[in-house]
Amino acid sequence: MIELSGITKSFNSGKSNQFTAVDNVTLVVNPQQITVFKGPSGSGKTSLLTMIGCMARPTSGRIFLRGVAAAVPFQQDGVEVVEITSLPERFLNDIRRSTFGFIFQQFNLVKGITVLENVMLPAYPTGEGRADFRARALDLLEQFNIARLSGQRVELLSGGELQRVAIARALINNPSIVIADEPTAHLDTKLSQEFMAIVGRLKGEGKSVLIASHDPIVFDSALVDSLVEMRDGAVINSRSCR
Amino acid sequence: MKRAVERHLNILEFTLASLLRRKAKNLSLLAMYLLVIFILASLLFFVTGLKREAAVILNDAPDMVVQRLVAGRQDLVPDGYAAEIAAIRGVTAVRPRLWGYYYDALNGANYTVMAGDDTTAISEKATIGAGVAKVRNLAVGDLLPLISYDKAPLLLEISAIFPSASNLVAADMIVISPVDFQQLFNFPSGQATDLAVTVRNAKELPTVAAKIAARFPDSRPILKSEIQRTYQSVFDWRGGMTLIILASSLLSFIIFAWDKATGLSAEERKEIGILKSIGWETSDVLLLKFWEGLVISLTAFLLGVILAYGHVFFLSAPLFAQALKGWSVIYPDFKLMPVVDAYQLAVLFFLTVVPYTTATIIPCWRAATIDPDAAMRY
Amino acid sequence: MRRSLQFLLFTGVSLIIFMLLPLHALRAQQRSADELREQSFLFKSLQLTDLCLTTEARYTRHPAMADRHAPFQSHPVALEHFPSGSLILPLLPGRDRL
Repeated sequence: MIELSGITKSFNSGKSNQFTAVDNVTLVVNPQQITVFKGPSGSGKTSLLTMIGCMARPTSGRIFLRGVAAAVPFQQDGVEVVEITSLPERFLNDIRRSTFGFIFQQFNLVKGITVLENVMLPAYPTGEGRADFRARALDLLEQFNIARLSGQRVELLSGGELQRVAIARALINNPSIVIADEPTAHLDTKLSQEFMAIVGRLKGEGKSVLIASHDPIVFDSALVDSLVEMRDGAVINSRSCR
Repeated sequence: MKRAVERHLNILEFTLASLLRRKAKNLSLLAMYLLVIFILASLLFFVTGLKREAAVILNDAPDMVVQRLVAGRQDLVPDGYAAEIAAIRGVTAVRPRLWGYYYDALNGANYTVMAGDDTTAISEKATIGAGVAKVRNLAVGDLLPLISYDKAPLLLEISAIFPSASNLVAADMIVISPVDFQQLFNFPSGQATDLAVTVRNAKELPTVAAKIAARFPDSRPILKSEIQRTYQSVFDWRGGMTLIILASSLLSFIIFAWDKATGLSAEERKEIGILKSIGWETSDVLLLKFWEGLVISLTAFLLGVILAYGHVFFLSAPLFAQALKGWSVIYPDFKLMPVVDAYQLAVLFFLTVVPYTTATIIPCWRAATIDPDAAMRY
Repeated sequence: MRRSLQFLLFTGVSLIIFMLLPLHALRAQQRSADELREQSFLFKSLQLTDLCLTTEARYTRHPAMADRHAPFQSHPVALEHFPSGSLILPLLPGRDRL
């Protein structure tokens, strides 16, 4: 369970061009569910997801991870709550790497290297043995039916293949939470539906999935468990679809 | 510990994959880098080798050479000087040297003709250097005809050829008897080209030199240390050709490193953003860039130095010999004794590998410190 | 084998060869001590003062024995040698006389 309390994110604070991307959001995201953040661009969805994903710190407010096996060295057994906003940088990075997987709007794959290398990329700095995560990467490629492409360079791939590579990469460190930012923005209807099917599978594997999107294929999907509507940095509606 | 090693290996793995992406560009970069190191290292090896050779050989040179000057130009020294100098306290021996140059119009070579002492040089026989033997195509027992200054031919039988190991000092030498020498050059008897003076105590050399200069105001004593110093300087890395080659290759290297340092392409910047967004830390990105710089520069350094060593000491530096040894008709064909100067190699390392690696990392520093969420905002 | 290990192996081998260079030089020097002795003997018996480089140019074959005024000589006390003569400080009185 992810708990947000009074999260505010301001940019350029104190200057004339100050603006508040996320304004005092308090929210609970349930585990092992698909949560969609819906809203027009500029509504603060992405900013909110980057803070949940330990990529950025909120200006104020706190974020708790409950019952998430986060890699915090000083975490004692039995204490299930991690307050991530106050953690030092290096712990934050560890949590980000081990707990969250990211799927980006532009896929953000590295050109010139193979599909397999791209998938393994997030595992490189963890210090895990290459053989281990290589096996996992191949397994993921197998799961997404793109094993035959493992030696190919990413620039030769089609949109759907790129997307599956991006998803495989998000999963390489075996995260419990997957965050996707406008994942269907560059996909046609068929591929978008395919994406939702994959998301459904992830949920079935017990992962929490957080998606920011203003695509009806995503937020109208029957797979979605809860929908958070945002506008101008604030949550205007939050409901369970079940 | 194991995790740290794995992290390095993994990041190195990505570095290599990433370098191989632009194979042509990076290989040419490596080749150019290698060439710079190769040239610089060859130069260092060559110069150090020559300097050492000169130092070792000149160790046995006479302590002092006394010349006589007439109107500021070198002139012959009367034997009377030798006797008087020998009487100075501290001087153990004075040997008048007879030497001169013989220009061979046949092949344009210039021989250095010396009179050996009476015990080693027999009349009408000559000991020649390997260089002379080569240009005149001579073997032991052959006759070497020289034209004396009064146009009379002088026939010399080759009694020996200096071993090629002594090429660096004797390639162009013709050693004959003093009588033949006087006949060849129409050289006045009772005079010498200069005097080789041996002194008992090296510390007394300046005093002896001062005494000689006071006694003979027209004399010019040259100390062994001065000759040695000249040779050291001549071959010093600051000297002449060396400096020019060094400066130009260093300069081109600086231009090239500067270009590299300032040129962080938009694509590279974006890539760093991607890495940050998928969980790489700033230190991971910098490690990647460190490896990127090190892979190229360390490989170039090690290979360049090894190749230069082979080039200079096994192949006798065919690429630079002309420029560094000087061109000549009689070309001293010698093999240098291998010398490795750790200090110079360290300087080379710190002048090339360190700045290059730094130049690769520094421009990425700012790109690497961007927030990981920046990639989300593309 | 992984590419990183291949690279490290390659670098390791290069490094070992690099480290062996001074050892090789040392051995070669020891081996050639006899040769040097031969040269030294020649030097002693003939009282030579110069190396045999650029033999045609009088001012390079015998830099030690040049006139006080000669082409390319930068200073009357300088020991002439082209082109380095222009860069080498002459032995001015009181300076660095051993």
